Amino acid sequence: MSLSLFLSKMGTNFNYVVAITLFTIGLYAVVAKNNLIKKFIGLNIMETSCFLLYISMGAVKGGRAPIWTEGMKKTTLFVNPIPQALILTGIVVAVSTTSLALSLMIKIYEHCGTLDAEKLKRMETE
Amino acid sequence: MNIAHHFPVLLFVVPVAAAATLQIIGKIRREYCFYWATAAISICAFMSTVLVWKVYKTGPISYVVGGWERWFGIEIYFDHISACALLISALGLLIIIFSKQYIEKEIDERKIPVYYTLILLNLAGMLGFVITGDLFNIFVMMEILSLSGYALVAIGEEKIAQLAAFKYLVLGAVSSLAILMAIGFLYSITGSLNMREIALYLPKATSHTPVAIIAFALFVMGFSVKAALFPLHVWLPDAHAIAPTPVSALLSGLVVKIGVCGLLRILLIYRYTGGLIDVKPVLNIISWLAAITIVVGAFFAVFQDDIKMMLAYSTVSNIGYIFLGLSLVQTNALVGGINHIFNHAIIKVLLFMGAGAIIHQTGHRRLSDLHGIARKMPITTGCLSIGIVSIVGIPPTNGFVCKWLIAIGAMQAGKPLFAAALLFGALFIFAYYIKIINAAYFREPREEYKKMDEAPLTMLVPIIILAVACLVFGIGASIPLTFIKPVAKGLLSVTVR
Repeated sequence: MSLSLFLSKMGTNFNYVVAITLFTIGLYAVVAKNNLIKKFIGLNIMETSCFLLYISMGAVKGGRAPIWTEGMKKTTLFVNPIPQALILTGIVVAVSTTSLALSLMIKIYEHCGTLDAEKLKRMETE
Repeated sequence: MNIAHHFPVLLFVVPVAAAATLQIIGKIRREYCFYWATAAISICAFMSTVLVWKVYKTGPISYVVGGWERWFGIEIYFDHISACALLISALGLLIIIFSKQYIEKEIDERKIPVYYTLILLNLAGMLGFVITGDLFNIFVMMEILSLSGYALVAIGEEKIAQLAAFKYLVLGAVSSLAILMAIGFLYSITGSLNMREIALYLPKATSHTPVAIIAFALFVMGFSVKAALFPLHVWLPDAHAIAPTPVSALLSGLVVKIGVCGLLRILLIYRYTGGLIDVKPVLNIISWLAAITIVVGAFFAVFQDDIKMMLAYSTVSNIGYIFLGLSLVQTNALVGGINHIFNHAIIKVLLFMGAGAIIHQTGHRRLSDLHGIARKMPITTGCLSIGIVSIVGIPPTNGFVCKWLIAIGAMQAGKPLFAAALLFGALFIFAYYIKIINAAYFREPREEYKKMDEAPLTMLVPIIILAVACLVFGIGASIPLTFIKPVAKGLLSVTVR
């Protein structure tokens, strides 16, 4: 594939590129960061990337919000409402995961006095 | 209005409603929580029995939530895989009965309503997962059961319980997001979320083959974390060993199987043969990983002194058997693999309950502290021994049937090396379970056990029921096979449903 074709494909699929880049950044933070809170921020970035992927997937150029109001024609363009509805659920899941993880971290800090993954691993083996 | 028509959706609604109201019940009187949870799951067990009978008689049931058209609304599709619902609700009922006395001793009294709420939510998530026909619902149900699972691991009083739960949470959340992304990809190329519809459309999406490949890779990765396939099994031993024993039984017996069920659902979309992409190379990798999982899990289990840690590693090993059965693309192996989902659930719940009863009575969990326990708790140890014989795979118990089928399947698929790995794993399993039998039967009892009694009745009854089930499904092995054979046939057939 020539470079110009590659770049034009990247341009047209801009939203997917951004979503995958964010996903990878988040995954890097989860794997490589030592602090549990930073790990969790990485997880949140991954969640956001998934949401972006869904929402941009349902976008239609010039489309309006998918709400039926008086005086609208049947030919009016709408964005796809299904991904938005799905992501509403996804956000609820993400919020509950975050709150559970944060409360676990509070407990870990109370018990062990640190949030450093390396130190915690050492404590665990003792 | 015929209430039986709504059983598929009620199967999920009843435990969720019971979980939501449980906190109020707990405020009135804490003892009622147990009865409330038992009643809810008993109703579920009844409903799933009716549904499984219907599936057996007339075939899969389709139910659309809210009365929408099938393609617009959320469809509940109760097929032969969904027959797991009966297993889940029956084992869930036994686990709740078992935990009545165990949990009062193990955790803080104020946490008891929370404990039953989480157990009910977990069971509801699993029931929803196996019955739904909607791909996004799969994600939602998986999150319900995973989140309640993380919280259940953290509920224990052990010092590092929260740390184990956090490890479980991070890996679990990453795998969930991989699955969410894969669902997004599939939706973008097929425009549907109904799994049966996707299965119809996917072979036609020939211009989007790379997207389908990436989605498949993400699905496999996500579900193998949930099911603890090597090398993604690291969270399992800690989480399962540290959680309170009924929770370990729930997680080890049922929750890890949900990952396998998810993979089955995905393979029904992608097809073994004749689908959009050729999944055989991926399955080949899975079968190698599965063989490594069998050996590594069994190997680590031998060196554990903690009885629950040992059982947790044994779960890793047995997940390897299931994945090996699924990935060999051979009828016998597939039937054996799916059968092992069913049989391992029964055996592992029995083993964890037996170990839990012993831990509850003695307060010790190291094998070296449990010498001569069989003389004081003959029934518990006897049932535990049936479980041990069963998991090693000695006839006439149910563990024998599936391992035999998988081994035959590996030979017929022309891959004797996998059969060798299987037998090697079984040998290791025998080596470490013989340690339990040796410690329990052939050592002198310790002084402090002189005045000890048999486990209380609420623990003994579930253990005895499960031990009998091990024997029944070993001798009457054809009972679960009536449901497994259609699944295997559907998976291997070329034509789309």
